[in-house]
Amino acid sequence: MQNWRRNKFAFSVLFLPPAAWLVIFFTLPLAIVWVYSFGARGPLGEIILDWSAVSLGNYARSLEWINLEIVAKSIWIAVVATAICIGLGFPLAMGIAFASPRYRNILLLLVILPFWTNLLIRTYAWIAVLRERGHVNFALEWLHDTINGGLAVLGLPALLGAFEPLQLLYNQNAVIIGIVYVNLPFMVLPLYATLEKLDRSYLEASLDLGAGQWRTLFSVTVPLSLPGISTGVLLTFILALGSFLTPDLLGGPDSIMIGNLIAQQFGSARDWPFGAALSFLLMYATFIILWVKAMVAKREGGSAF
Amino acid sequence: MMNRIKAGRVTRRDFLVGAAAAGVAIGAHSRIARSAEEKKLNVYNWDTYIGETTLSTFTGSTGIEVQYDFYANNDELFAKLKAGNPGYDVIIPSDSYVADMISLDMLMAIDHGKIPNLKHIDSDPNFSNPPFNPGLKYGVPYLWGTIGIGYRKSKVENPDSWGLLLDSDKYSGRIALMADARSVMGLALKYLGFSMNSQNQAELDKARDLLIKQKVHIKTFAEDNGQDLLLSGECDIVMEWNGDIIHAAEEDDDVGYVVPKEGTQVWIDNVCIPVGAPHPENALLFLNHLLDPQVNAEIANTIKYATPNKAARELVSPEDLANPAIYPTPEVVARSESLVSVGEFTPAYDKAWTEVQAA
Repeated sequence: MQNWRRNKFAFSVLFLPPAAWLVIFFTLPLAIVWVYSFGARGPLGEIILDWSAVSLGNYARSLEWINLEIVAKSIWIAVVATAICIGLGFPLAMGIAFASPRYRNILLLLVILPFWTNLLIRTYAWIAVLRERGHVNFALEWLHDTINGGLAVLGLPALLGAFEPLQLLYNQNAVIIGIVYVNLPFMVLPLYATLEKLDRSYLEASLDLGAGQWRTLFSVTVPLSLPGISTGVLLTFILALGSFLTPDLLGGPDSIMIGNLIAQQFGSARDWPFGAALSFLLMYATFIILWVKAMVAKREGGSAF
Repeated sequence: MMNRIKAGRVTRRDFLVGAAAAGVAIGAHSRIARSAEEKKLNVYNWDTYIGETTLSTFTGSTGIEVQYDFYANNDELFAKLKAGNPGYDVIIPSDSYVADMISLDMLMAIDHGKIPNLKHIDSDPNFSNPPFNPGLKYGVPYLWGTIGIGYRKSKVENPDSWGLLLDSDKYSGRIALMADARSVMGLALKYLGFSMNSQNQAELDKARDLLIKQKVHIKTFAEDNGQDLLLSGECDIVMEWNGDIIHAAEEDDDVGYVVPKEGTQVWIDNVCIPVGAPHPENALLFLNHLLDPQVNAEIANTIKYATPNKAARELVSPEDLANPAIYPTPEVVARSESLVSVGEFTPAYDKAWTEVQAA
């Protein structure tokens, strides 16, 4: 087979447009933001970039206790959301991978389907589901009234008392529900890709040799799908860590995450240099995680993804 | 050329010009003012903040097509224009933002000779010569209003103080404040008896501590949707812009609006022309159109905000004129303040606000 690298002309024709796109719309703007991160905020929110103002002050400021607290909380929320995504995503991916080929594509489509609707609209839909006079509470109220009504028919006193709606919205749990919902497909898809390619004869061998279903799951299936798990965990965690819209719309008075803090710097605080520094710290953290993953994968002899 | 190199200091816009030369800001600055302007106008405004017939009558009388675009808050507007005007001719920033934009050379001085309807503006210096825009040199007042308490009448009795929102557990879990650093910090300062524009760290700390203490009773900092929280029954008492609550009250009789006794934040939005506007002459025609008493009254009657246009007020529905939620009494205005830029002190507000949110 001819190596594609040898055909320099075809290669450059194909390579140039995406490379130019990447440089103009990604690398250059990012470089500008990177330069900003060493600047200072003027009294009216202008960006001061002369040599005497250039400093690491913004980075030092991002290490202030209050900002570290927000980072720690964001990491915690991302960890919890990622864990829930695994718990939900693994059985889901297994179900799809082991379903008959007829249904497999339909099931996959159902996982991807939410992407066809704008995130903002999907998040507002969660408000309608979770709020006090939302669908969950309506269902609970109906159940509650039915039970009380049934007791009344039997001549018994209403045991459950008056219905108190659950406070499901505007708190940390709502944020986690929202983040899990948004990111679940990013967990399911890599898991599915791994599980689908899994050699079924290993599972059969395990069952034939006397291991139960659970033992087979945890000793054979899970270890064999580790590459998919780690990719899914990484994707979900990184995306969850940068969440901004979800805590904004579903969160309570203490749901600020690092993404919101950054957004505020570019908005009301008008402190683009500090916002730029925070963004780059988040990005460095992401790179470190990716690097660790690549190192681990290398040592195990697999590919990074 | 709008960009000047200031001695020894590269401002953001200067930097952007360099970046544009490097090919980054493709298209952003490509429009060149023409001697004979094309019949187009790009208006950047808040959503639902214009009359029903305003644009069609303008196009009808001038033949100028209006391209209309929305922003959700002043910060969005400011951030977008700070990076260089992407092609807007008319913007509608609030008071303190006008002051900042003037200082940063982001607004064009308007030619009063081309706006004959300017004579209709109320001679009250709050409107005709406001401190944030002396002599109306950089724009004309559009509409004004207050921030106050929106509440559910059947659940909340006579909410006459900010204390019910900021310093009380009476409506615990049924309270929403706005997600606006300056307004929320400012009204906490106001409740404590300080100026909304305080530049005193000790006062700011007290306001911050008040909010942190109250947080357990606050359901959320609403992103400009306090009226929805009232309507859906999620909250019973919210801090909101008067217009939003007035609209909610039109849908639901049980919703009321009141300005607390401590006074509040009074705001005036202004129609301005940003530097770099591709159609400044058309923009002046539009400014004049907005100040036409008929047009102006139609806007006020549609969106229920107070107009500073004296001739237009003759045509505003008497019901609205008598409604203190729309036209607050002079006593209320006297007790209130507008936000002004706090300059170097802004990061202190931002830090306090971050601490409130993170606590």
